[in-house]
Amino acid sequence: MKSRIPLVLLACGSFNPITNMHMRLFELARDHLHQTGRYRVIEGIISPVNDSYGKKGLVSARHRIAMAQLALETSDWIRVDPWESEQEKWTETVKVLRHHYNESLRSLQFRKELVRNNWHIERATEDFLSSLDPVSPELKLLCGADILKTFSTPNLWKEEHIKEIVEKFGLVCISRAGSDPVQYISESELLTQFQHNIHLVTEQIQNEISATHIRHALCKGLSVKYLIPDSVISYIKHYNIYTEESEGKIKGI
Amino acid sequence: MHYKVCGCDSEVLHLDLWLQGNPMENPDNKTQVVLLACGSFNPITNMHLRLFELAKDYLHETGKYNVIKGIISPVGDAYKKKSLISANHRVTMAKLATESSDWVQVDDWESSQNEWLETLKVLRYHHQKLASSNPANSLQNAVPLIKPGRKRKQEANRYIPVKKNQLSPETKGVPQLKLLCGADMLESFGIPNLWKLEDITEIVANHGLVCITRAGNNAQKFIYESDTLWQHKNNIHLVEEWITNDISSTKIRRALRRGQSVRYLVPDAVRAYIEKYNLYSPESEDRNAEVILAPLQKYARGCKQEQTL
Repeated sequence: MKSRIPLVLLACGSFNPITNMHMRLFELARDHLHQTGRYRVIEGIISPVNDSYGKKGLVSARHRIAMAQLALETSDWIRVDPWESEQEKWTETVKVLRHHYNESLRSLQFRKELVRNNWHIERATEDFLSSLDPVSPELKLLCGADILKTFSTPNLWKEEHIKEIVEKFGLVCISRAGSDPVQYISESELLTQFQHNIHLVTEQIQNEISATHIRHALCKGLSVKYLIPDSVISYIKHYNIYTEESEGKIKGI
Repeated sequence: MHYKVCGCDSEVLHLDLWLQGNPMENPDNKTQVVLLACGSFNPITNMHLRLFELAKDYLHETGKYNVIKGIISPVGDAYKKKSLISANHRVTMAKLATESSDWVQVDDWESSQNEWLETLKVLRYHHQKLASSNPANSLQNAVPLIKPGRKRKQEANRYIPVKKNQLSPETKGVPQLKLLCGADMLESFGIPNLWKLEDITEIVANHGLVCITRAGNNAQKFIYESDTLWQHKNNIHLVEEWITNDISSTKIRRALRRGQSVRYLVPDAVRAYIEKYNLYSPESEDRNAEVILAPLQKYARGCKQEQTL
């Protein structure tokens, strides 16, 4: 029986704030990849963007990380990683991918060392045993299918970065039912060349919770319950994070 | 206590406000509203819960209403809808789902009845319950305007007796009970033999609807095309939802049958409960497959001429 390739999903973005939809993307991606029979998703990583990204309304990474942590408390496979947000300046997505890929290689190496040195393992958990797999995990970028479209926006991405992302890593793109991401691929030679490494997943259960709408609702005192976790709502209220001021807008504009 | 209504900060109780009703219960003189949602809740999802939040925000923003409670009333098993699992489970899941809510609760009266009940009957039951638990309205079957301080004996002549089960919704002190629904329920009014015309009329006339719709939806057109609904359109509140939320129970059940994750679409406690009891399977989906839906059975039997909505 051919063993499955271990896979890590990485999602980059503002997470301003994290929503149920962000977390849903991971669940969808994992289900899809498992159903191909070829992969075993071992981890999900949320990497909130650095403050110096400068996007309007972006609140401090400290808060965005804290909220993501609260949201992911109940998840046993998705975690938030602060590395990207802790860098001195904004980091291109491909560099974030490289960093996490290297990290997963290092931890695999470390585990192999443990075994080789016959260190005593208290409990050989299934996860641990499977992590001894000689196959190093693949790392794929999890995103909305609209990212494919942005690849063709001039000057937004470096061509060589797109190539590295789709060739060396791979994409898992979630799109909503009724949309056709295939056309974005066919419109690009580069994407067409590596289409085998672009996994398209359709979300049949629409649940488009835009973080922008969440912030606007919070500013207006409207409810966002059941759209983002209760723990995140409490945190936002406690620190009064999203306000007209944080949105950088003046009423009427 | 400050009475912002009259624009002053005096702490003295203003007589005219006092006469209008117990100010402790209704300090800003807004109409109190209770939202009632009927449905299968098979299972309850984040979308169901969102309906309440959207409705409350909308009504509050009008400045005229104060939503004080939300009630989820799962339908009884006798409804005989395909794939409907036991009411016990559906009620339990709804309770798990509303644990974190300080204003929405679950009521199992409807689900514990032996026979299927029309929505109007559920509305009447809850309205009666609200009326009888209201201290300002301790006398049943009355349409009073109680002035505090007056002796009850003197008030006796002032009561206008009304038919049982038809307490006027304008009874002071009793919150208005409105039916909360999605556009699909509104449009189901048009399905032959599903609703009685007189029920629909009483629902919109005496209670009111709060209907959550998607942008560009047909709800407005549907109301326009119905004489009954049009007549009471002031009592039908259409609330646009600002995110596309299509978390239908049908899709949830489908995902579960296929071993797919429903995390973040239903509350975690509900997901855990479903997993624990393995509630949804191909078998459960086939329940009632050969049976006719209760209202269709009921109305088709006693059927008369076509009624125009």
